[in-house]
Amino acid sequence: MSAQTEEVTAAVPAPRTGKGGAPPLAGGRRRAGTAVPYLLILPTVALTVLLLGWTMVKNGLLSFQELNRRQLIRHVTEWIGFDNYSEVLGSSEFWSVTGRSVVFTAVNVVLIMTAGCLTGLLLARLGTKLRLLLSLGLVLAWAMPVVAATTVFQWLFDQRFGVVNYLLDALGWHSMAGYSWTGDQLSTFFVITVLIVWQSVPFVAINLYAATTTIPKELYEAAALDGAGSWKQFTSVTFPFLRPFFLATAFLEVIWVFKSFTQVFAINEGGPDRLTETLPVYAFQEGMGSQHFGMGAAISILTIVILLALTAYYLRLVLKQEEDEL
Amino acid sequence: MRRSALDRRTGSGSLLGRVWPGATAVVLFIVFAFPVYWMFATAFKANRDIVSDTPVWFPTSPTLDHFTRAVEADGFWTFVGNSLTVTVIAVGLSLVIALLASFAVARMRFRGRKSFILVMMMAQMAPWEVMVIAYYMIVRDADMLNSLAPLAAIYTVMVLPFTVLTLRGYVAAVPKELEESAMVDGCTRFQAFVRVIFPLLAPGVMATSLFGFITVWNEFPMVLILNKETGAQTLPLWLTSFRTTFGDDWGATMAASSLFAVPILILFVILQRKAVGGLTSGAVKG
Repeated sequence: MSAQTEEVTAAVPAPRTGKGGAPPLAGGRRRAGTAVPYLLILPTVALTVLLLGWTMVKNGLLSFQELNRRQLIRHVTEWIGFDNYSEVLGSSEFWSVTGRSVVFTAVNVVLIMTAGCLTGLLLARLGTKLRLLLSLGLVLAWAMPVVAATTVFQWLFDQRFGVVNYLLDALGWHSMAGYSWTGDQLSTFFVITVLIVWQSVPFVAINLYAATTTIPKELYEAAALDGAGSWKQFTSVTFPFLRPFFLATAFLEVIWVFKSFTQVFAINEGGPDRLTETLPVYAFQEGMGSQHFGMGAAISILTIVILLALTAYYLRLVLKQEEDEL
Repeated sequence: MRRSALDRRTGSGSLLGRVWPGATAVVLFIVFAFPVYWMFATAFKANRDIVSDTPVWFPTSPTLDHFTRAVEADGFWTFVGNSLTVTVIAVGLSLVIALLASFAVARMRFRGRKSFILVMMMAQMAPWEVMVIAYYMIVRDADMLNSLAPLAAIYTVMVLPFTVLTLRGYVAAVPKELEESAMVDGCTRFQAFVRVIFPLLAPGVMATSLFGFITVWNEFPMVLILNKETGAQTLPLWLTSFRTTFGDDWGATMAASSLFAVPILILFVILQRKAVGGLTSGAVKG
């Protein structure tokens, strides 16, 4: 939704004339008005600094401390410099979790964007009735709360009475009858991926469809007059028009998938044998589970750094765009 | 010429071109709707139909037993009350605060405006799930574990950046001329906002609050860590612990999931079309 809004505001070149453009704001009014925007953003800034900014700082501070169960109970602070970091960065476990998280994110985002865009373009082609039907299905999946969806997918993939195993068996893959999906690393990831893709495609599809409706019909007519076929129309009109939207959505999906905790944790708690722990779950298990809070904080800082690195390209794009707008 | 090109684009050229989009749409509908359907179907089915080697596709002898068991589970109404409390506080508070900020950002020029937007964008992608340990320490040091207040406050900030950025788009989409003409007619800027912009923002406010509502209603890691006592827990925890408590009682688990999902599903289906409608019509007007 936010991506769509960004799209719309970006697509409509609103004449940002600023306060100078408003004639009634003349003379002394203007000077008195300089404090107004700051007062308006003050509550937002204050809350964000207090509850997000300070937490970030706190997270950083914790990552330099030896903070286990003992220190927690006695309320002592033991500074240990970069020890947590060197320990984390030196462990092969951390790097395998990192690699796993990156691959997991890449696979999910590619699947989501491909399926989402195809579904969105399909929506644009359908007649009213079928479009309504498909939209209904998409909206149902989109609206399904994450935690509820997780329990439902556990039920769908249940070993004995799950529908998925029944269908696979009925379709001729008999070894899948009674298959335990959570018993193996890859199959657990498969369930998590199906769940995440199922939940995320509607967002991409519906917003992409909404974006196609804002493409001026004249563009297609002009392209048709120039003799462009449907593929040429897609590449020369639809795709360029949807590109910023596509980038914004892919960027959001990278963030969402990379930091998804609930799905990964609730499906199998990172199991079997901690083999499906992605970075957020890993930080949680190390920090809260093993009560190595300082270590967990260090992992979470590293996770944030990795997330920043993954999204750096788009972030820079957004920053530049915002700069150009002013 | 023009017509035939448009026809080709909408795929009504050949029989195959007409059939496959429809067929795909139906298949996709089933794929997306089935898990939701299966949740409700299982919730209403009798136990012998749930644990059957061949799935029973429709609840032929529907029963409310599972719902009774779910609702009578320990502390259900406490969880409901807690969830509603934190959701309403967080969404309401963030909406009020964000409206002020989004108006400033969309309509005024001031030094730091750009930085503010950038900070909001960064804040929007803040990995809350990853920072739970720091939140745990802060709330613990304040001696406020197992309480709803820190939870509501954190949730407010969690949905705030999204709310600001989204509302900014909606405010910017309201033609400036409307506001200006109201001011020419003698309204103050504040009056112009309340009388002209605010009513036009209604779909945007609804859409935004809907997404805030979903975020908070769903939130799991934070409450998992902060509130270990059941008296201060919310529905997501109740639901995830449900399967453990009830063993493999899929009927009751699905009934619980249904109860949890229904408010969101209803709100979403009603509001989503309005939201997208408001969005696109706003864009066309702008």
